[in-house]
Amino acid sequence: MTYREALRQALTEEMERDPGVFILGEEVGRYQGTFRVTEGLLQRFGEMRVVDTPISESGIAGMAIGAAMIGLRPVAEFMTFSFALIAADQLVNHAAKILYMFGGQIAVPVVFRGPAGGGAQLSAQHSHSLESWYAHIPGLKVVTPATPADAKGMLKTAIRDNNPVIFMEHAKLYSTRGEVPEGDYTVPFGVADVKREGSDVTLISYSQPVLLALQAAAKLAETEGIECEVIDLRSLQPLDMETILRSIRKTHRAVVVHEDHRNVGFGAEVIARVQELAFDELDAPVLRVASADVPIPYARNLERAAFPSEEDIIRAVKRVLA
Amino acid sequence: MKAEVPVKKALPGSLTPQRLVELYRTMLLIRHFEEQCAPAYRQGKMGGYMHVYIGQEAVATGFIAHMRDDDYMLCSYRDHGHALARGTDPRRVMAELFGRYTGVAKGKGGSMHLVDVERGFLGGYGIVGGMVPLAVGVGYGIRYRGTDQVCLCFFGDGAMNIGPVHEALNMAAIYKVPVVFICENNRYAMATPIEFASAVPNLAERAKQYGMPTKQIGGMDLLEVYREAEEIIRHVRTTPEPFFVEVLTYRFEGHGIADNPTNQALYRTKEEIEYWRQRDPIVNTARFLLESGFATESELLEWDTYAKQQALEAVAYADASPEPSIEELYRDVYTDMEVQEWR
Repeated sequence: MTYREALRQALTEEMERDPGVFILGEEVGRYQGTFRVTEGLLQRFGEMRVVDTPISESGIAGMAIGAAMIGLRPVAEFMTFSFALIAADQLVNHAAKILYMFGGQIAVPVVFRGPAGGGAQLSAQHSHSLESWYAHIPGLKVVTPATPADAKGMLKTAIRDNNPVIFMEHAKLYSTRGEVPEGDYTVPFGVADVKREGSDVTLISYSQPVLLALQAAAKLAETEGIECEVIDLRSLQPLDMETILRSIRKTHRAVVVHEDHRNVGFGAEVIARVQELAFDELDAPVLRVASADVPIPYARNLERAAFPSEEDIIRAVKRVLA
Repeated sequence: MKAEVPVKKALPGSLTPQRLVELYRTMLLIRHFEEQCAPAYRQGKMGGYMHVYIGQEAVATGFIAHMRDDDYMLCSYRDHGHALARGTDPRRVMAELFGRYTGVAKGKGGSMHLVDVERGFLGGYGIVGGMVPLAVGVGYGIRYRGTDQVCLCFFGDGAMNIGPVHEALNMAAIYKVPVVFICENNRYAMATPIEFASAVPNLAERAKQYGMPTKQIGGMDLLEVYREAEEIIRHVRTTPEPFFVEVLTYRFEGHGIADNPTNQALYRTKEEIEYWRQRDPIVNTARFLLESGFATESELLEWDTYAKQQALEAVAYADASPEPSIEELYRDVYTDMEVQEWR
């Protein structure tokens, strides 16, 4: 099953299970979703529950938050997370803070989902990976599934969660395939997944770059006999430090791989925590493989150079082992 | 001083003398409550920003009078009057202003973020216009459930220049949500006059393009607000469609506690303030009650004394209340998740 189908299955099952779940966003209904995640849902659930909106990101986010405040469970789609910047006030000043500033009395069970990241020559304004911005804000949960199975299980968890969840998909993942368990299941937040066991170095990643890390690990094992353990964080807030530390106690070396910019990216937080909690376990500085600190360019060769590559990961692994 | 506003002898249809007295006493409570805020603030018992509603009491009082128990409302940071008009315990409101655990939000919200979930008051918000899109969501939730509840959303004239407000008005009309958008035009967004900030200073006229009924009404006369609000809320409850109402009002005090008379002189004249003070909704309602024979001088005095006493009791209660415990710092960030202490 594809990642896209897994998301659609989660939405369908949750809408069937809970009549309070509804979806809203640009082109989610009649047009069936820009990335076809919501295909067929309007026909199945009607226009009260599959709500086409104008191009009004603040309006979409605010409407979702307001409905959530009185007990519904909205799933708001951003056509891309680059556009969510327009709604930043609603996400950061409202969704994230309502529970706390009203003394725990009003919950905001809302999911904001959509594609993040780049890689399709969409240039500077459509290629953002801003997960570290959201993970920085107390009150938001931030999740980044990399596989179809996690996409389905985590979207169900997100919809059932009583807090605002930033659910970041990746445009390059929608057509990827993977095994998806039958029937109703959920994947909890705050539990990282060891996607590959290894003993020499720990690769810590999330979202689409997990696939890149797995490819690099396979190549390193084959050509160099280097065994990488690959950890998929899956959720950034809450963050599963236990799994990271367990792995580092085994390998004593680590590389963080993400598509977010390197400067003040999420890797910086992971590395800071590793050195706070397990400095003595490290045999080498933890390195980062991340996007260049530039607006993402259009030209194919420049874009490729801006994003982390398999070669970048292999080079970093060799450096921490040197 | 004699007001130019003619005193009306007749009560609007559904208003009984008894109900009018209740509303008058609500306005008195709001006024006295806020008059106690300034000294408490100066004594350092409150911090942050504090925006008083003095002069605008008739707006919240006249609209909220028509709310049913199961209706909703949201408002801006100038929210003391709205909470009190909705019937929230003044002691708990004052305790919130003092940052005490007995406050309506455990002392975590303060003056700008009052709340009373039990009464459908979904909060005061500190970002200009930020909660207007939320009201659309509340209205959508009402439609979704198919009830005849309504949602009132109070905001100032400054909010009319915020983009998300226009997104919200447009979407409210598209989805036909039962929301009354109440723009309290007190003529100044902080220190910026409406004539400067709005290309079309008639805000009801500006909102008309969103395909919902709009109206401009006076906001200094309780009877007028009451009568108009009744009609508007009934319309939204039964149609349903949103309604935009611009209420012409005035704040006698500065924007916030820091906006003192010296600062105010930079943007408005004493004469202007005096002109509006003569339209004081409390003074005029009192005169109406007297002239109509619905109240005597001694009753007016008695109610005034009672309201002041309530305000003083609120201050005493807040003063005697405990601060939140330090453990509260880490509570309520998530419904189900402990936030880690790193120090």
